[in-house]
Amino acid sequence: MSKALRQIAFYGKGGIGKSTTSQNTLAALAELGQRILIVGCDPKADSTRLILHAKAQNTVLHLAAEAGSVEDLELEDVLKVGYRDIKCTESGGPEPGVGCAGRGVITAINFLEENGAYEDVDYVSYDVLGDVVCGGFAMPIRENKAQEIYIVMSGEMMALYAANNISRGILKYANSGGVRLGGLICNERQTDRELDLADAMAKRLGSKLIHFVPRANIVQHAELRRMTVIEYAPESEQAEEYRQLARKIHANSGQGVIPTPITMDELEEMLMDFGIMKTEEQQLAELAAKEAKLAVNA
Amino acid sequence: MPQSAEKIIDHMDLFRQPEYVDLLARKRAEFENKHPDAEIERVAEWTKTEEYQEKNFAREALVVNPAKACQPLGAVFASQGFADTMSFVHGSQGCVAYYRTHLARHFKEPNSAVSSSMTEDAAVFGGLNNMIDGLANTYALYKPKMIVVSTTCMAEVIGDDLHSFIGNSKKKGSVPEDFPVPFAHTPAFVGSHVVGYDNMIKGILNYFWNAEGVTRTETSSINLIPGFDGYSVGNIREIKRLFGLMGVEDYTIISDTSEVYDTPTDGQYRMYAGGTTIEETKEALNAKATISMQQYCTTQTLAYAEEKGQEVFNFNYPLGIQGTDEFLMRVSALTGKLIPEEIKKERGRLVDAIGDSHAHIHGKRFAVYGDPDFCLGMSRFLMELGAEPVHILSTGGTKKWAKQVQKLLDGSPFGKSGTPYGGKDLWHLRSLLFTNPVDYLIGNSYGKFLERDTKTPLIRLTYPIFDRHHHHRFPTWGYQGALTVLVKLLDKILDDMDVRTNIIGETDYSFDLVR
Repeated sequence: MSKALRQIAFYGKGGIGKSTTSQNTLAALAELGQRILIVGCDPKADSTRLILHAKAQNTVLHLAAEAGSVEDLELEDVLKVGYRDIKCTESGGPEPGVGCAGRGVITAINFLEENGAYEDVDYVSYDVLGDVVCGGFAMPIRENKAQEIYIVMSGEMMALYAANNISRGILKYANSGGVRLGGLICNERQTDRELDLADAMAKRLGSKLIHFVPRANIVQHAELRRMTVIEYAPESEQAEEYRQLARKIHANSGQGVIPTPITMDELEEMLMDFGIMKTEEQQLAELAAKEAKLAVNA
Repeated sequence: MPQSAEKIIDHMDLFRQPEYVDLLARKRAEFENKHPDAEIERVAEWTKTEEYQEKNFAREALVVNPAKACQPLGAVFASQGFADTMSFVHGSQGCVAYYRTHLARHFKEPNSAVSSSMTEDAAVFGGLNNMIDGLANTYALYKPKMIVVSTTCMAEVIGDDLHSFIGNSKKKGSVPEDFPVPFAHTPAFVGSHVVGYDNMIKGILNYFWNAEGVTRTETSSINLIPGFDGYSVGNIREIKRLFGLMGVEDYTIISDTSEVYDTPTDGQYRMYAGGTTIEETKEALNAKATISMQQYCTTQTLAYAEEKGQEVFNFNYPLGIQGTDEFLMRVSALTGKLIPEEIKKERGRLVDAIGDSHAHIHGKRFAVYGDPDFCLGMSRFLMELGAEPVHILSTGGTKKWAKQVQKLLDGSPFGKSGTPYGGKDLWHLRSLLFTNPVDYLIGNSYGKFLERDTKTPLIRLTYPIFDRHHHHRFPTWGYQGALTVLVKLLDKILDDMDVRTNIIGETDYSFDLVR
């Protein structure tokens, strides 16, 4: 291998647009000539849909269950090639309510490593479900896996909670290993003072806001056609946004930090400062005003 | 009651006294709700048919009596071959009790390994605290020079990360920062003990060979990795003896269990005995070559050694004439030491013994089961003896292994009736022994149930041997080892002949004094 393999991971609250953001960004990285492998670590297996133009691909675990065991699998069974030769795999996992999806992630990543999936690529990108809920979902941040974690978030309260939680997960591994927080990526939800809040959150975590991705309908249009914006509307402004994000990530190698997650109280305080959350006094005052209004109307 | 303090009757006889016979008969009649004898007989007969075998081999979701154990057992075995080393298994206590008894019952020696004793709360919150306390306790109580960590299913399912856990434990002061704690993830539900052995050896080598500031300067030394072997005590000693005769001095046995599994009773308890030292393990990086006695025990390890710049050589449990020839000639080529007259004489004596007994062993049909490498080595020796390996079965055997066995069989006229069965278990073998019978069965103690069902005499030649004692103290490798194996085969064959010819006036026309 002529140059070092770069491994990154995208984490964030469910439904925040992780898969969309990561696939668009990786498509833009591929435009820059980078050879990319996507490792989807979500039982829903939708981390590669826009690259492959297909519904969920056959997952490592699904095929392993069919073949009897992971040892009976061949790499080509699970590795599909999509837009601009991006290699795609999905770990897959059990049906909701049974089994252990976290173990599935561990099994799938071990299989890919042992069978040489990481050879001849410049980037490996992990797309990880929701939150760091158990050891399995922390697999991509273990030693010798992702060097930088990018947290996809927005100005919504729960997304900020999740970002803080994920930072706590990273911190656990950062002290004994090489994993770092690369930065936050804000996916605009058009909440109040969103850019400021995202920026402030990044600072509190000791990190930075890598990019603020504005909301644009063209992303949904592209998604309906199972494509990234980069592919569907390469000339659009939104495509340019993702290209910028890709360039920033590309230039961010080795710039990651050990995050400084904050306590729940501190987080709530910050949200109040930004008017996202109200203090108890405020809430009580509002309630009293409402009741007074009702009394007058009666 | 028949039992009295004056004369204690062993349970084998006690339960045959009329009181017990009557009691057991009543229990059966009144409480056991047993199927009619005729029905039991009918089903038992049906399980011997081709029809049943077909269903048996179509089995998908069930394994019955696998001829393999789990990864951590192999990892514990591997780590116990290092000097002053405590094997630490991150996971629940019961698992570790299993590895310890499984090894103690075979080697008839106490077996030391500790666990991080994970319970319900550790399963929920992760086992970091167990690791921190466990390492500190192990270090304080047992005073090892190295603690080697492997994992059970529980730790693997919840995804505990050994690298960060051990790092964090050191930060918390469980053990000094520079105290060696190599590790390997060994999920019990993947692979087998053979894979666990491989992972653990690689983990230990990697800890020392990839340490900061370590570089390789090639020397003329060679490394030898014995692999998981129930005969390790006898076999490693035999290798040392052969090397001594050849004048090979510059070598390292990586994981030497020959002392720790055979400590003398002299009033001193040895928790640790013999084994590869840390210094030797570090120095082993500089060796010009690494020899593995069991290919399937060292797939990853040898790839790693090769990556470091060493020449690597694979053997498949080299048992018998050709196996030993190839092994000794390889050692001779690597070290430049000649094979001395004394060893040549041993070879000649083995050939002589084989010749003396060939009439009894020629054309006999055998079933062989066990670890992938053992099956290869044993089948090869059988064919050298003019015997026919018919069913060769390894639950841990892969498709690649099956191809390798087939190639071996294709190379000899005695291999014509042989078929490899990779991934199959002892219940599959039971069917095979009924539909395509053989004269003798070679395996471990678990084969005694097949022997009882199918009346195929069992020869115990591989791990685990729980119900016969001390065999592991004698080698099966080298020309001397092959001689031991030959004698075991012949003893069984000749005993069996006596049993089949001893009815007076009926079969005793061949109940001969001289065989």
